[in-house]
Amino acid sequence: MSGPFLQFTVDPQRCIGCRACEAACAECDTHRGTPMIHVDFVEPGVSPQTSPTVCMHCENPTCASVCPADAIKVDEHGIVHASLKPRCIACNNCELACPFGVPKISIALAQMQKCDMCFDRTSVGKRPMCATVCPTGALFYGTSEELHARRPHGTPINLWRFGAQEIRTRVRVMVPAGVDVLALDVAEIVDGETGGEPTAAPAPTTQPREFL
Amino acid sequence: MAQLKRSLAEYVHAYGPHVSDTPVNGWAHKPAIDRLVKTHCCFCGMQCGIQLQVANNQVVGFEPWEDFPFNQGRLCPKGVKRYLQSHHPDRLTAPLIRTDAGFREASWDEALDLVVTRVREIQAARGKDAFAMMSGVSLSNEKSYLVGKFARLALNTANLDYNGRFCMVSAGAGNKKAFGIDRAANAWADLPEAELIFIAGSNVSECFPTLMHYIWQARDRGARIIVVDPRVTPIGRTADLHLAVRPGTDSALNQALLHELIAHGWVDEAFVRERCTGWPELAASVATCTPAWAAEITGVPADQIRRAARMWGEARTSFLLHARGVEQHTKGVDNVLSLINLVLATGRIGRKGCGYATITGQGNGQGGREHGHKCDQLPGNRDIENPAHRAHICRVWGIADDELPHKGKTAVELFEAMHGGEIAGLINICCNPMVSHPDTNFARAALERLPFLCVIDFFMSETARYADVVLPGSLQEEEEGTTTTAEGRVVRIRAAVSPPGGAKRDTDILLELARRLGRGDKFAYADNEAIFNELRRASAGGTADYAGITWQRVEREMGVFWPCPREDHPGTPRLFEDLRSYHADGAFHLHATPYRPSAEVPDAEYPIYLTSGRSVFHYLSGTQTRRIKFLVDKSPGPQCEIHPALAARLGLVDRQLATVETRRGTLTVPVAIVESIRPDTVFVPYHWPEALAANQLTVHALDPVSKMPEFKVAACRIRAATPDGAARARALFAELRLEPAASGGAA
Repeated sequence: MSGPFLQFTVDPQRCIGCRACEAACAECDTHRGTPMIHVDFVEPGVSPQTSPTVCMHCENPTCASVCPADAIKVDEHGIVHASLKPRCIACNNCELACPFGVPKISIALAQMQKCDMCFDRTSVGKRPMCATVCPTGALFYGTSEELHARRPHGTPINLWRFGAQEIRTRVRVMVPAGVDVLALDVAEIVDGETGGEPTAAPAPTTQPREFL
Repeated sequence: MAQLKRSLAEYVHAYGPHVSDTPVNGWAHKPAIDRLVKTHCCFCGMQCGIQLQVANNQVVGFEPWEDFPFNQGRLCPKGVKRYLQSHHPDRLTAPLIRTDAGFREASWDEALDLVVTRVREIQAARGKDAFAMMSGVSLSNEKSYLVGKFARLALNTANLDYNGRFCMVSAGAGNKKAFGIDRAANAWADLPEAELIFIAGSNVSECFPTLMHYIWQARDRGARIIVVDPRVTPIGRTADLHLAVRPGTDSALNQALLHELIAHGWVDEAFVRERCTGWPELAASVATCTPAWAAEITGVPADQIRRAARMWGEARTSFLLHARGVEQHTKGVDNVLSLINLVLATGRIGRKGCGYATITGQGNGQGGREHGHKCDQLPGNRDIENPAHRAHICRVWGIADDELPHKGKTAVELFEAMHGGEIAGLINICCNPMVSHPDTNFARAALERLPFLCVIDFFMSETARYADVVLPGSLQEEEEGTTTTAEGRVVRIRAAVSPPGGAKRDTDILLELARRLGRGDKFAYADNEAIFNELRRASAGGTADYAGITWQRVEREMGVFWPCPREDHPGTPRLFEDLRSYHADGAFHLHATPYRPSAEVPDAEYPIYLTSGRSVFHYLSGTQTRRIKFLVDKSPGPQCEIHPALAARLGLVDRQLATVETRRGTLTVPVAIVESIRPDTVFVPYHWPEALAANQLTVHALDPVSKMPEFKVAACRIRAATPDGAARARALFAELRLEPAASGGAA
């Protein structure tokens, strides 16, 4: 890895749903008031488990592949940047295509916005804001050696399989030792393996739900 | 008689809570930063280090303070957003005097003179103790000390107490009984050294998020965790063993654990024989407390109790943590002692990786409870009825013994005395009993009957609405001082900005009131550091000894742990390293804690357990956090957590408005159906006032020793809200998200 940029690792087991990451992300001068990270309940009503999602900074980003305006660029450090304002046509392709649900079109700006791993901070050797404030270490930024020394019981992986699509990401996710790829067959969620009644995954919630 | 003069909605519209998420200059680029102020978060006993960005005497943002050793930049969402308070549109910026139409603005002279006149009238007619003071431990050490001295010397009343009585006072009482000292036995740095962490009644994940890092550090080294909680909290979810105890039965569980330790020979016999008193009596007291017996009471399966006992018994190192979940009971002190018994029975105290602590909740919950604004306490955690202790303080204050009042009433007793007419006047600072007092309808009646109320606060709290005089005070970031964190570390609070408009520093308000009450000679301080230096002298020789701690040392050393009797003393991160307690006999005192039921348990009429607690998005009575939009958006109001099985039995669906009813009152809130709670128990967070106050429901019953109310157990019944009730609740919830008014105005 060149430059000052270190490894960003998400460890969802440690997330407590406090949303300090969202609060702090929204303080950034480049997108003040709008967080580029989000926290979801994994199984609302069943478990208090939550999980944060940052841009995974894919090696071959789907968002850039589907961009008709060639507005999404990966820099030499592997950071996938928000769309280039002069090029972006706010067509929504990236938002629809990203397997992680990260890019968001700002209607007001007519531009895609997303996490750029706090380029203003990380490029000068600081940690990203979310990984600095995260009280539990669910968001970790540091060297691989540091991560391994501190957390010997998990494995950071960065290989994902969504159906037939294989994606390698710059950001890694901690999983139990022995796992080397996270594979997800969307068809299994939507149709069930036996082809029974469609069962929708529970809708993740980022806001308190309105009441009846 | 302090009846409200306007409707609640009119007070809200005039003074808030309004929600604001707007930085000083809106969401445009920040102004150029003049300076970064290294200080601490105001929002819990962790006192995380944080840097406030200041431009033009306004706090415009924050920057993590990664060098501060406790949190190294980590924060919770409250800490991230706390910078929005200083310029908040709801800030009180002029003294207010009650009128027939609400409040009118007044000059400081007029407001202060009115307070002094009423103090004199009431005390002349009814006696000195008829005028009382209530305080709180979000105040710095300097302010806490000053309040104690102000009440005793300037008001000359015995009746001073503080909101720790609504928080953790059972822990303090239990610690004093067992250890002779009221402080976490270890710094948090001992947590990662422990191979077992036992957490009783603490949702660490929501109430102390930054402490989670230490627990994960321990787990990364192989530690296991036991969590005792009626709910699967985020930390309970990851525990190796979660004991979903029935509310109010902790001491029975802990007795059974001790029974098992004895039965399996997991007791440090030498330690209990040589270092403790009361072991034979304690051991005898749990002879029949088998896991099967406790399973019946606690609802925790006997095999889980045996497993927990084995984990605790076989551990070589351990750290036991507890918080409000075991403390806020009519047997809170017994619950605490029953946990301390487990620590002492295994002798795992006073050395690396062997720890014990209550996790103090309030910003200065530790320091604020040491220096004399409790009803029975003098600085240095001295006893106000101990002649030698009195003599020391009289020397420091330059007074005769007969000028120093004796022990006064505790917080709930103060409200009972206001209700009964014995107390006729109150100065209230840093406390919002309209949210935090148990049975808030009783608290309201007490305030309505109170002939004179003065409130010092930075926002119009729900309690301040009942005031005759409201004095606009200061936030933590508007005064120099110190606080003491939950691990006993004294840290430095910096004034980032001055109070806005006509608001004044709390210290200046108290000093000026003292001067006008004729005791200016006892309150002549050059600055807040001079107050701290007097606190050091006053605390010298007490158990909470700050004599060797200076502001300069605190800054240089990133905090100093008390006791620290001399300037060349390094401070004391870990207590009991010499295996001696702070009792005169040097022994650790064991106490039997025979199980007894809570004051109110479910019956045929009210068949469900109700328990209450916090949300990660709010702090205490919500006076501050209910005004910050990010936090309000995430947690706009209370909800009732209920298990699907119970919901099905009651015919309730998720998000339906339901009415929770106890013998004290009713509360209509949305239901949140979650599998993470016992099916016989419901949970409501307590941060909201009036018709949304969980404390409308809680029991007006006290621990006999600590006088702590029983917030954690009540019997309730639940039904679907009536159409009228639901309509009222919807209107109340709509109001919670009120955006800032375009322009303020007196109600």
